[in-house]
Order: sequence, then C-alpha cells, then structure tokens
Amino acid sequence: MTTDHYIALSAILFSLGAFGMLFRRNAIVVFMCVELMLNASNLAFVAFARMHGNLEGQVFAFFTMVVAAAEVVVGLAIIVVIFRTRRSASVDEPSLLRF
Amino acid sequence: MTVTLAAQNAGEAAVFWICGALAVLGAMGMLFSRKAVHSALFLAMTMINLAILYVSLSAPFLGMVQVIVYTGAIMMLFLFVLMVVGVDSSDSLIETVKNQRAPAILFGLGFGVLLVGILGQGTRDLPVGSLEEANSVTGGNLQGLAELIFTQYVFAFEVTSTLLITAALGAMILTHQQHYEPKATQRELSQARFKGPHPSALPPPGTFARHNAVDTPALLPDGSVAEISVPRPMALRETPVDRVDVEEVDEVAAGHDIVVDELGAATDDTSGEER
Repeated sequence: MTTDHYIALSAILFSLGAFGMLFRRNAIVVFMCVELMLNASNLAFVAFARMHGNLEGQVFAFFTMVVAAAEVVVGLAIIVVIFRTRRSASVDEPSLLRF
Repeated sequence: MTVTLAAQNAGEAAVFWICGALAVLGAMGMLFSRKAVHSALFLAMTMINLAILYVSLSAPFLGMVQVIVYTGAIMMLFLFVLMVVGVDSSDSLIETVKNQRAPAILFGLGFGVLLVGILGQGTRDLPVGSLEEANSVTGGNLQGLAELIFTQYVFAFEVTSTLLITAALGAMILTHQQHYEPKATQRELSQARFKGPHPSALPPPGTFARHNAVDTPALLPDGSVAEISVPRPMALRETPVDRVDVEEVDEVAAGHDIVVDELGAATDDTSGEER
C-alpha cells in the first residue's frame, strides 16, 4: 500500500463528483456531488497526513468537514426557497437569465 | 504488538481494496440512479466506506466524525429536504439546455483522465509513512488533534464557529415564511365557510369490509363515487377510484341478508349485533 493508491482513489471520486455536477440536473443531487468532491479531497488530506507523519492534514480535513456542514445548511435552505417559489428543483429551470 | 508488520500491511491492503471499490461503486450509484433518494443512500454508503478508510489511515477521530457528522447529520438533512421537495422528484430525460449532455460526458471523462494522469506523474511510489510517532507524542490521535486545533489553529477554530452560527442564521432567515396579510380570524373563516358550497362538514372517506383507508372514496346512495370524501392531497396521488367495487359490495350484501334496493342503499338489521 502506497500513498499513491489513496491519492488515485481520491482523484477517481473527485472526478466522479465533478462529472455528476455537469451531468445531473436535480439541484439536490448536484449538491450531493459537491459533497462527494469534498470527501475526496478529505481522503487526500488524510493520506498525505499519514505520509508526512504529522497531524496537520487531519486538522485541515476536520475544518473542511465543518465548512461542508455550513455550506450544506445554507445550500439546502436556498434549494427549499427556490422550490417554494418555482415548484421545481431542477437546475435548468431558472434559465430565464439566458440571452 | 503481536501483529507483524507484514500482516498489518496485508490487512490494510484488504481494507483499501474492499472499501475503495465499495466507495467508487457508491459514487457511481449516486450518479446514475434516477431517484434522488437512492442517490442519497448511495452517497451515505460511499461516506461510510471512506470513514473505514480514515480509520485504517490511523485517523480514528476523523473516521468517527465522518460517520456522525456526514452520514448521520448531513445525509439526514439531505433526506429531510428531499421529503420537503418531494421524494419522487426524479430527473426528466428531456434536455432543457440544448446539446449539454455529450459535452458534459466528454469534460467529465477528460477531467478524470487528466487528474489521474497528473497525479500518476507527480506522486510515484510515495511511502505510506506512519503516524505512530505523531500520535504517541501527546498520548493519542485525539489528544494530538486537540493540541493542534486549540493552539496553532485556534483562530481558524474560532472563525469556524462564527461561520457555523452565520450558516444557521442564514438557513433560518431563508426558510422563514413571511405572512404578507394578517391571519384570518375564526369569524372570517366561518363566514367564508357558510358562503362556500359546503356549510357542513365534508363526507368522511368510505369504510368497507376490505378497504377503510383514507383514500378510499365513499359511495353515494346511487352507487357512484363521492370524490369529495377523499382529502385533496390524497386525490392528487391518483387514487384508484375503482377501489370500491360496487359488485363486491353487492356480493357481500348477498351473503349477509342485507337488502340492497334499487338505489344501492342498504338496510341491515343484523349489523348492530355483529359489532
């Protein structure tokens, strides 16, 4: 087991999340993809912390989790508000600003 | 420590390959399941597997936080919001933005290849290292993390608390519904009711031998279905109106000496004793 394995897994999960953000259109699923990307970066942080033999990477992963929690709270509140006014959770729906 | 280093490495490799594969499978399931609830459950699976990986990477505290905060709190918040927004809000297959899907697939694949390729170039055979020393200085993983958070990163920690409070306030303000007109009084409500088509209470849903759910419509004296007897949210769910089988009612009535007259109204002199 080398650190490379963990970093490759993290990269795969991150690109799956990025792909989902482009591909899916339900706003909640897009949010889940953001969470997946944050988790992938956390995995990289923890793997590098182990490689360097100090705990700072784990501290950063911890702060990432806190920020992700705050982000989810506000983001989901915004989705609920959008759903209330537009009766839809699709990210393509508010496309009136095009052109 | 009775476990040899080789056995430890083999165990870690097994955990990595099993949990890593399951995490990737969960991520794929999240991407390709049509219903948002299934996506949420698949994501929870990915997160639990990542928590196991954290523990095997000698980060037991982060593993526990991952389970409690991510799968326990954040994913449940997602499920709550799905409940509000509508569980069956699945993606439609019609493209609103023209020709968006093919470039999305292309960019997604390209990004993945690029990322894995760059990382493969940059990090080749990096040692896995060990946290034993860092963990043992202060007596454990949790103690070591606590020392770092509350000394070197204490300002960042305080800022995060501000961020959390701001996020909580923001969520409350965003989801707060404002009343733009005063709430209707009881007097106004009753006046509106007497002006409307139904001054009395609406008929209750039907109670039959085989069905007594709230979405079972009652029958009118002529045998037709009284749609008004079903609550409106239930009716929106495409209630099977033919759930009440008039022939079945007749059949049951025939077996019980119930006299069903031409209008379908039943007179039964034994029903009082049966109950």
